[in-house]
Amino acid sequence: MRRGLFFYLNLAFTLVVCAFLIVPVVLSVMAGVTENFFHGIRSGVTLRWLVEVWDLYAGTVYLSLAIALACLVCDLLLGVPAAYVLAKKSGRAARMIEETIVLPVAIPGLAIALALIVTYGGIREFRASWLFILVGHVLYTMPFMVRSVLAVLSSFDFRTLEEGAASLGATFWQRFRTIILPNCRTGILAGSLMVVTLSVGEFNLTWMLHTPLTKTLPVGLADSYASMRLEIGSAYTLVFLIMILPLLVALQLYGQPRQPKAKPIDEPDSETAAPGPAAAAARPTT
Amino acid sequence: MSPDRREYPFLAILILPILTVFTAFFVLPVAKLIVIGGSGELGYGAYLSILTTPRHFESLVATVVLSFTVTLTALAISSISGVFLERNRFKGREALISMLTFPLAFPGVVIGFLVIMLAGRQGLVKEITEALFGAKLVFAYSMAGLFVGYLYFSIPRVILTIMAAAEKLDPALEEAARSLGASRWRVIRDVILPALRPALIASGAICFATSMGAFGTAFTLATNIDVLPMTIYTEFTLNANIAMAAALSIVLGLVTWVALYAARSLAGSTVAAAG
Repeated sequence: MRRGLFFYLNLAFTLVVCAFLIVPVVLSVMAGVTENFFHGIRSGVTLRWLVEVWDLYAGTVYLSLAIALACLVCDLLLGVPAAYVLAKKSGRAARMIEETIVLPVAIPGLAIALALIVTYGGIREFRASWLFILVGHVLYTMPFMVRSVLAVLSSFDFRTLEEGAASLGATFWQRFRTIILPNCRTGILAGSLMVVTLSVGEFNLTWMLHTPLTKTLPVGLADSYASMRLEIGSAYTLVFLIMILPLLVALQLYGQPRQPKAKPIDEPDSETAAPGPAAAAARPTT
Repeated sequence: MSPDRREYPFLAILILPILTVFTAFFVLPVAKLIVIGGSGELGYGAYLSILTTPRHFESLVATVVLSFTVTLTALAISSISGVFLERNRFKGREALISMLTFPLAFPGVVIGFLVIMLAGRQGLVKEITEALFGAKLVFAYSMAGLFVGYLYFSIPRVILTIMAAAEKLDPALEEAARSLGASRWRVIRDVILPALRPALIASGAICFATSMGAFGTAFTLATNIDVLPMTIYTEFTLNANIAMAAALSIVLGLVTWVALYAARSLAGSTVAAAG
């Protein structure tokens, strides 16, 4: 089909939207490596600000990474088994539990943080430790892990596979380990990427839960935006971008296992692919 | 079935850890927050203070109007670009999609800072307007700045949902409509938009709820505009009025939850009706 005016109008519009999203990022990256932003890039390119940011805020980077990984471990241990139970049970109790687990997505972080503070703020050791932030992050990210795994479980008939394995003598734990977990790996991977990305960037909860000794990256960012010069804020933002860029790329590649956006043709393929590894996973138990 | 029943203890073992954690750190704390919300000098009347105290009511109205405007704008922009990107294959399309979804994981504080880069005192808009018209335009710290920031974090979320829905549209329906003589606008109005409706409702609700609860962007822009989360934060830190902060945050949580719940049942029934 010949591309008419309509196509080019749409393209121009989309390019403008793209520019709106990307230009500020480019400006910020530039400011982070410019000697003096007020005088523009002609004042010279420098890594001075990045070095300064690292001296001031390296601790926040490490803490954010530690919390994100700890949060991922908690979500895997708690969320994946829960998703399996929720996929298996269709009763009212199961639905209520599911609603509760995904509720933190619907409630502003500020409210969750306040609830935690009024309940546990009095326990000083807990309040002052990074575990306090971790609890908030686990609540906030759990829905994404559970939903991601649930989506995969509802896309293939795991009950029939389990019945087959059970009739051949596989125990409950064998079936869970060799049928459920291997078949859920795309959902677990997508959920994990989402959880780490969200945890590293979480601010709304963390700002309320942090103490001067437990500052995460976004908390440090807010701090630098408020009290440091523009170049330092920009350099710090650059550090954050470098940190989440690999996560974002991975998310685009593996983030939506059920709906491959780039190649819609793959979709029927992934439907038929599910029983393949499932059958293979069932085999060792025989 | 008896093997089913024999599994109960195992299933209980699998679900018990998450139940314990969510009861201890979510259900009980939220329950306590509700009680504390009613423990101030207004008693449980604090929950109505969002309507009766002018400062709080203005904050509620401002937040709702802002979130609603942002949602409509984001839906309009994302529908145009989302359908366009799903329908057409051209060089650079993948790159465009990557760029449009790239800011998905930016925290609110970073987006606030990006608005400052764009429209702040040393921002791009100021430079351009100064060079072109000799007048400086700085709007980062106003309602317009908040609007731009909220739009920034809304577009990537909405566009992903719209593209997923547009992928399932049947081009044959449009061709049929067109061959029957429908104009391009009639096709958009009568074929494409109704088919996208569930996706529009669902992503619109998420966008609205996110905007209502957004805190980081307003915090970084440090405006005098009291969006609801900022009002709650001020009550908590500056006024040390924990009861009022609790009541307001429960109300805010209720508003966002209702928005999402309504959208879910609405979008769900539309899907059912269409199917």
